[in-house]
Amino acid sequence: MKARVPQLWIGGALTGVILLAAILSLFWTPYGIDQQSIADRLQGPSAGHWLGTDMFGRDILSRILGGAGTALTVGLAAIALGLAGGLPLGLAAAMNRDGPADMLIARGADLIFAFPALLSAVLIAAVHGPGAINVVVAVGIFNIAVFARVVRGAALSVMARPFLRAALAMGRPWPSVAVKHLLPNIAGVIAVQATIQFAVAILAEAGLSYLGLGVKPPNPSWGKMLADAQTLLYVDPRQAIFPGLAILWAVLGLNLLGDGLRDFLDPRLRKIRAV
Amino acid sequence: MIGFAIRRLAALVLTLLAASIVVFLALELLPGDAAQLLLGTEVRPDTLAALRSQLGLDRPAPVRYLEWIGGLAVGDLGISQVYRVPIWEMVRDRLAVSLPLAVLAFVLSTLIALPFGIAAAIRRGRVTDVLVMGFAQIGLAIPNFWFGILLILLFAVQLGWVGAGGFPGWQDGLRPGLQALILPALALALSEAAILSRMVRASMLETLGEDYVRTARAKGLSTRRIVVGHALGNAMIPIATLMGLQFAFLVAGAVIVENVFYLPGLGRLLLQAIFERDLILVRDLVLLLSGFVVLLSFLVDIAYGVIDPRLRRSGG
Repeated sequence: MKARVPQLWIGGALTGVILLAAILSLFWTPYGIDQQSIADRLQGPSAGHWLGTDMFGRDILSRILGGAGTALTVGLAAIALGLAGGLPLGLAAAMNRDGPADMLIARGADLIFAFPALLSAVLIAAVHGPGAINVVVAVGIFNIAVFARVVRGAALSVMARPFLRAALAMGRPWPSVAVKHLLPNIAGVIAVQATIQFAVAILAEAGLSYLGLGVKPPNPSWGKMLADAQTLLYVDPRQAIFPGLAILWAVLGLNLLGDGLRDFLDPRLRKIRAV
Repeated sequence: MIGFAIRRLAALVLTLLAASIVVFLALELLPGDAAQLLLGTEVRPDTLAALRSQLGLDRPAPVRYLEWIGGLAVGDLGISQVYRVPIWEMVRDRLAVSLPLAVLAFVLSTLIALPFGIAAAIRRGRVTDVLVMGFAQIGLAIPNFWFGILLILLFAVQLGWVGAGGFPGWQDGLRPGLQALILPALALALSEAAILSRMVRASMLETLGEDYVRTARAKGLSTRRIVVGHALGNAMIPIATLMGLQFAFLVAGAVIVENVFYLPGLGRLLLQAIFERDLILVRDLVLLLSGFVVLLSFLVDIAYGVIDPRLRRSGG
């Protein structure tokens, strides 16, 4: 199988860099992520500060690296929450096709889709005040509905295939069939969706932190960096460049990776994404 | 068709009711209530009790829920505790900004996506296609608020053509208002244009592979006549559906973009309501916005059912 999928490699490389940056930031950054030095504020790129410094004299490269850690943590948590809820619900809906459980889950998903992740994050922020956890819960709940739908659809198409019917006809219990035969066959579809939702979560984190409802200072966030930069547009417009590029880099990488993964796994899936 | 419409209508009403319960319960979970939040913790108990009874917070939750829903049903949204004006008046004023913004963004994204998607489909695998698909990937990955900041940077800070935000109102005619909305609408339209051009391309490619298109080609018709006369109409059916749903996402996206450009729309009002702890306003706005999303997807369903009779039969 010699699949030529350039998106896979480009997306993988872009995502890999962000991943490395996030891991690196846990152990080392050029300066402390929140280390202020007012004397060095608003400097341009130099040998000492590769990407310059912000209005408190903090090193921008260090904060971008730290922001990668924040973005990946929030994204992973939102995916984990979505999968923990969506996978069992989607499987249950598929097994109970057109039954009461299936209908209930479908209506529940409809209800969740009535609240774009941004809106539910705003609602949660109204209750709890700002915080990274708002983003995780809001995007995570949205992901539950997304994964439940994707898993249901994928599971139904696999369940129509003979080997699964054979396993059932042999008297194997449902849970064991689901784990042994169903899950491996829908893992690819789930991986593709998870990659796309990861990108969605990073955009949501950036957007909410920009609004002041997401990650709280002094924790680094690309979105918050852009909000600070906007207040300095007439003073130091460079501030608004690098955090935005970091978001673009991460989201582009994940989207390409998702698209490439999908084409690599099954070219026929191309149409499903469109829905 | 009537049966299908009634089933969808019932689902719409149920979803709206469920959404209202979710919003109500979410705000009930709050430690302290609207009165406590307004007055803070350093307040005399009798003052707090007086405001509670004035706001009706001393009555049981189901009663308050029914009053809220009953009010909404007759268009009474209550009174904002912070701004001291009827909420429907604020919503009406803010809609005069948010609705034109969303419509403008919608028009812009369609104007970008249709030619891009069609060109990419006709020249599949060639440079045009690669460029359009590249644009779509970048457009999807740029956060709308960053794109908005870059637009401000270019057109307001560097070129000085427009102000960096704000809204002059409609009283001086259409021009100043539209000028203030064009950059925000562009910021909002980019990602929608990216999604749409991918869809237009996919849908066109599918249609161009149909037998009747091959027949048209065999008759010797030009590509332009095939696309305009035969393919476009059929390719538009799934695209129109998606456009309806995308409009709903524009509403959510507007919450962020309005704040980038300091536009006095519903999204900015929502954020102000949160920071000023005006829970009644937050509750109404969140339900209005989500209700709008639900209503749009209902209308899209109905329109789709009219266009494609096969869909009416599925229970969905």
